Amino acid sequence: MNKGGDQRGVLMDLGKERPQVPAKARNVSPIVPRGSIAGRALVAVVAIMTFLASITTGTVLLVRASAAEWQSDVASEITIQVRPVTGRDLDRDVAGVIAAIKAQPGIADVRAFTKAESGKLLEPWLGTGLSLDDLPVPRVIVARIVPGATLDLAALDASIKQVAPSVSVDDHRAWIERMRTMSGATVFAGIGILLLVIIATIISVSFATRGAMAANRPIVEVLHFVGAGDRYIANRFLQHFLRLGLEGGLIGGGAAILAFGFSESIAGWFSGTPVGDQFAALLGTFSLRPSGYLILAVQAVLIAAITALASRRTLFATLDDID
Amino acid sequence: MVRFENVGLRYGLGPEILRDLSFQIPAHSFQFLTGPSGAGKTSLLRLLFLSLRPTRGLVKLFGNDVSLLGKDEVGELRKRIGIVLQDFRLLDHMTTYENVALPFRVMGRAESTYRREVIDLLKWVGLGERMDALPPILSGGEKQRAAIARAVIARPSLLLADEPTGNVDPTLGRRLLRLFIELNKSGTAVIIATHDITLMDQYEARRLVLHQGRLHIYE
Repeated sequence: MNKGGDQRGVLMDLGKERPQVPAKARNVSPIVPRGSIAGRALVAVVAIMTFLASITTGTVLLVRASAAEWQSDVASEITIQVRPVTGRDLDRDVAGVIAAIKAQPGIADVRAFTKAESGKLLEPWLGTGLSLDDLPVPRVIVARIVPGATLDLAALDASIKQVAPSVSVDDHRAWIERMRTMSGATVFAGIGILLLVIIATIISVSFATRGAMAANRPIVEVLHFVGAGDRYIANRFLQHFLRLGLEGGLIGGGAAILAFGFSESIAGWFSGTPVGDQFAALLGTFSLRPSGYLILAVQAVLIAAITALASRRTLFATLDDID
Repeated sequence: MVRFENVGLRYGLGPEILRDLSFQIPAHSFQFLTGPSGAGKTSLLRLLFLSLRPTRGLVKLFGNDVSLLGKDEVGELRKRIGIVLQDFRLLDHMTTYENVALPFRVMGRAESTYRREVIDLLKWVGLGERMDALPPILSGGEKQRAAIARAVIARPSLLLADEPTGNVDPTLGRRLLRLFIELNKSGTAVIIATHDITLMDQYEARRLVLHQGRLHIYE
């Protein structure tokens, strides 16, 4: 004869006094009233955290995409410098080097900079109106590599040095290495900021959960009295926190997605200004790929889940103290 | 069902307020627990409800040594115990109907399986017209009846009631006593802690008298 038993008669016979079942007598109230949880503040915190996390992730994605673009651009060409040497005809050396480069497999196109173009390159340092004939200006040759081809740099170096001993080959490895380091550092900093944002979210949610539990302590005690286990009670609170987390995630993530959606237009307002140009050089067109938007959406859901998990952990810890 | 052997209880480093309690509560039994104020009636009820642990001695509840029980097991045992506290402990955001239906809701039962039963019981305890009222607007007596209804609705194996008729008039007190007797007849062991001699005189039952921390039993 316990609470689980259904095989039983009525506890007391009301006879003619038995009332009609009133339409209003129904379970409509939630076990934990939503108003007892400081919801708005928590939604605002989660929304701000999600927004910051999304902006960080979006920026990291933009920098990585731009860095990858630069790397592929730079890695697809090599630069050959032919320095003037007394007693050698520079033009003949350049022609010989071009022929030797073209003979190498994997070369798509070779182009030598003219004297005028070399002069243009030196203008920022030497100024305009200078006669380059008086200066020992090296000649620059740019060779484009067939996409996907692997160039034998040692063989190329050896063959062109036979034609012109004063030649040097630059395959931009140092630049590529620097760019890799820079994009790696950006990703690392982004992950660091994300971790800080997530930790701050967990701490905020834990405090909010403790506050909600303290405010609802009488309800928890009564639920214990009527035989509810910790899991049952925690789940009642968890529903609220999951909903608050999802609301915050949706607002913060949605705002960040909108910001990236309009970033191309915003970047357009600043184009032509020094700041705008620098940002354009660093972040390219400011446009996220569709996969980037998907990552931001997944991240918002993840932050909502973290909110619920942090809340669940605090709930069980607090329930241990209440009886 | 319940067995106490040489049980003692003290709060912190204070004096022992319950001393050498040895008694049994058989299944289907009915008893009054009485004694002067401060004798330890509420503390004994809390020991029986597992919200306090004895400082010494053995307490066995439904065949389990309570000193060996984990939190989950305590929760499971509590599902078999109904309790009426002096401060009622109703949830202010729920209607009277919802408060009384709470044990069923916690069990996960569908509302259609218990709605009729909850309404009948509310009518029996005189709250038929107050089903949709919230506790803050109920009188003390109405709150007490709602708390009693909540404790008995799921027909526990053991019912503990602390001064259950303290806030009601004698007529309603007799009606509530009849409810406890009906519950006892349907198989629940009942322990009613009370000062009310008139109430105890209305029903021939075992009396457990606490005096200066010791228990005297009058069969």
